[in-house]
Amino acid sequence: MNGTITLAHGAGGRAMRELIDTLFVGGYGNDLLAALEDQARLELDALVAHGDRLAFTTDSYVVDPLFFPGGDIGKLAITGTVNDLAVGGARPLFLSCGMILEEGLPLDTLRRVVASMKATADEAGVQIVTGDTKIVHRGAADKLFINTAGIGVIPAGVDIRAARARPGDRILINGWVGDHGAAIVDARGELALDNPVETDCQPLSGLVEAMLAACPDIHCLRDATRGGIAGVLNEFATASGCALHIEETAVPIRDTVRGVCEILGLDPLYLANEGKLVAIVAPEDAEPVLEAMRAHPAGRDAVIIGEVTESPTGSVILHTGFGGERIVDLLVGEQLPRIC
Amino acid sequence: MCLGIPGQIVEIVDHENLLARVDVAGVRREINIACIVDDAHPPEACVGDWVLMHVGFAMSRIDEAEARKTLALLDQLGEVEAELATMRASEAPT
Amino acid sequence: MKFVDEFRDPNKARALIREIETLLPQIPRADERPLQIMEFCGGHTHTIFRYGLEQMLPGAIELVHGPGCPVCVLPMGRVDDCVALAERPEVIFTTFGDAMRVPGSKKSLLQAKAEGADVRMVYSPLDALALARANPDREVIFFALGFETTMPSTALTVLAAEREGIDNFSLFCNHITTVPTIKAILDSPDMQIDAFLAPGHVSMVVGEAPFRFVAEDYGKPIVITGFEPLDILQSLWMVIRQLAEGRCEVENQYRRIVPPEGNSAGLEAVAKVFELREFFEWRGLGSIDHSGVRMREEYARFDAERKFPVPSLKIADPRSCQCGEVLKGVIRPWECKVYGRQCTPQTPMGALMVSSEGACAAYYQHGRLAVEAQRGQAG
Ligand code: SF4
Repeated sequence: MNGTITLAHGAGGRAMRELIDTLFVGGYGNDLLAALEDQARLELDALVAHGDRLAFTTDSYVVDPLFFPGGDIGKLAITGTVNDLAVGGARPLFLSCGMILEEGLPLDTLRRVVASMKATADEAGVQIVTGDTKIVHRGAADKLFINTAGIGVIPAGVDIRAARARPGDRILINGWVGDHGAAIVDARGELALDNPVETDCQPLSGLVEAMLAACPDIHCLRDATRGGIAGVLNEFATASGCALHIEETAVPIRDTVRGVCEILGLDPLYLANEGKLVAIVAPEDAEPVLEAMRAHPAGRDAVIIGEVTESPTGSVILHTGFGGERIVDLLVGEQLPRIC
Repeated sequence: MCLGIPGQIVEIVDHENLLARVDVAGVRREINIACIVDDAHPPEACVGDWVLMHVGFAMSRIDEAEARKTLALLDQLGEVEAELATMRASEAPT
Repeated sequence: MKFVDEFRDPNKARALIREIETLLPQIPRADERPLQIMEFCGGHTHTIFRYGLEQMLPGAIELVHGPGCPVCVLPMGRVDDCVALAERPEVIFTTFGDAMRVPGSKKSLLQAKAEGADVRMVYSPLDALALARANPDREVIFFALGFETTMPSTALTVLAAEREGIDNFSLFCNHITTVPTIKAILDSPDMQIDAFLAPGHVSMVVGEAPFRFVAEDYGKPIVITGFEPLDILQSLWMVIRQLAEGRCEVENQYRRIVPPEGNSAGLEAVAKVFELREFFEWRGLGSIDHSGVRMREEYARFDAERKFPVPSLKIADPRSCQCGEVLKGVIRPWECKVYGRQCTPQTPMGALMVSSEGACAAYYQHGRLAVEAQRGQAG
């Protein structure tokens, strides 16, 4: 399929029909979508079989460039929403996909994004069952925006909340920190870095399932996206009123990510991730959960990075590899390079 | 401020304009080496040099011998410390 | 990472701290006040907070965080000038990321960008020159900011522009110098600082000699210091040893990077392109004689201040701001009347809240533990 998106693709006529049939229905390939009703119809019985609560979330994706080292906007749009469901303990099942396309977008670009969404959805075990597409005039949007909403089911008995961190609990992470942020820091090439780092963008649903199988009573779980692991740790500390102590030397950071950070004066704890979660579990559950994580591909490099104590309340404290300690606070704004 | 970090020059990109490629933990970037070359140390001699880079310029060639000296001095302090500590420990019971 | 990780070794740190503890009682002191040691450079301040060095040191040492952050001390009027330049339709305004958030009297560069100005973050002035090369129909201005460390790079970039005949490139020159500023601090009547850590990367350009006056004329020990945590601890140990032995001289802890004579090629380029200004205005410190440079007449066509109209209005610091006293070590950051109330990193009133290298912002964001510990000691 050659050519570009035109306003006709959104006009409700034959062009739109063709786009939906060939690109989306063909691309996402499942019966629920292929029915082409105005809504997806989901069997309640099938949902109830998985648990006793629905989890429901939505997120929008706007990135420039659309394709970046190790990933693209389509992969991001699936993993982002899947991960938001998964870290609530839910098994993600169904997604919607709304797209806003800029007139002039090459159809081939769109097809690559759709293929990437399909592959990621398969990996995460979810189906894209309903969708919508709008075309806007050139300049009214930047190439391609995606919104996905997702539904998942939380198994009975699972109670994951940021406020549940308790003194004595252990803090775990599923691998290398800051890859996504370091990969896209110069994706537009303005800083002229020749940078081998790739995004860590991956669905975490399988990993969370494995963790829950090892220990249904995980206290806290969140994916560390924008704001980095520093952001998530602060959310846990504030919600639980506990102190989170992190051992700097235990936090896994790739050499190349450190290189990017040293060159630009950035702190990896604040770099974005797209496939990392931070978990807090009771001390006796730490080892079994860690083992379960390491047995799963998305958690191969999992480690324990710290411990929860009572005071100073609501703080995150980093014990530096140098023997000192400091507070890790929330960022004021976007992290900017510190150079001159 | 004045953020400067060590990197190693891996190739000369442009002799005339004194541009070289530098490697920092696997991340590379083009930098200007005008401040570290002279007749005694021409551009082609720079490959392999460890330099301190600041805003895209190599500003100093790192002196490995001096770096070793600094670390050796600190090691010595550490050893003296360790000896003192053992002495103190052996005296403690009396 | 070579030349980095070795200088972050906690075992050597412990040895240095014990050495410092042994030396401290040998320092003759008239009163009970703590020893005040100023690190001039914001890069040092950053390392001190990033590694939590303050809590590792004995209580008798008080680190005074100096004015060495060019972003912090930039007066509001200059930021307004940047915004005015950036908002010209023909201009691509390029800057280091550090300066994007600094508030002017009306807005920051980040806000100007949000409102449509073409502001771009670059890593190097060379990248700004490349933009000029690629956009011959636009005017590319580079916001030249920083101390002597950064001057050679902008000077060499201007020389490259001249050589290549790129005339749509210019500098908005706000370079400042360290030496007159250290002198201004030493001359102020309420100054009580006992010793200095000199900026290592400035020294790599200017050499050791410009700092001699601190020891010779003012009798204060000064050590040229690197930026890894061990560098800072070792330099503290070196100044304390000078104090204990009754010496005062310029010592160079950062020999692996700083040759005694500095960098001649860099200095040559600087002398060619820049000349001293009569005075330059610092946020928090006021006007300091000969503390900034401008471009020489011969390079006027690369000077954004001559090429375009800039408002150059002087905007006074708010009255309640006590940055000057903090900078001189007269009060600690959290003793400022507005610290943490009207003045926070989100709404900075004073220079030292502006960048993470400013003392007030550093305490506010990373130093709560240190503040609590020291308040406890004081009470
Ligand atoms: S709190 Fe604000 S006004 Fe007070 S000294 Fe610090 S930066 Fe200046």
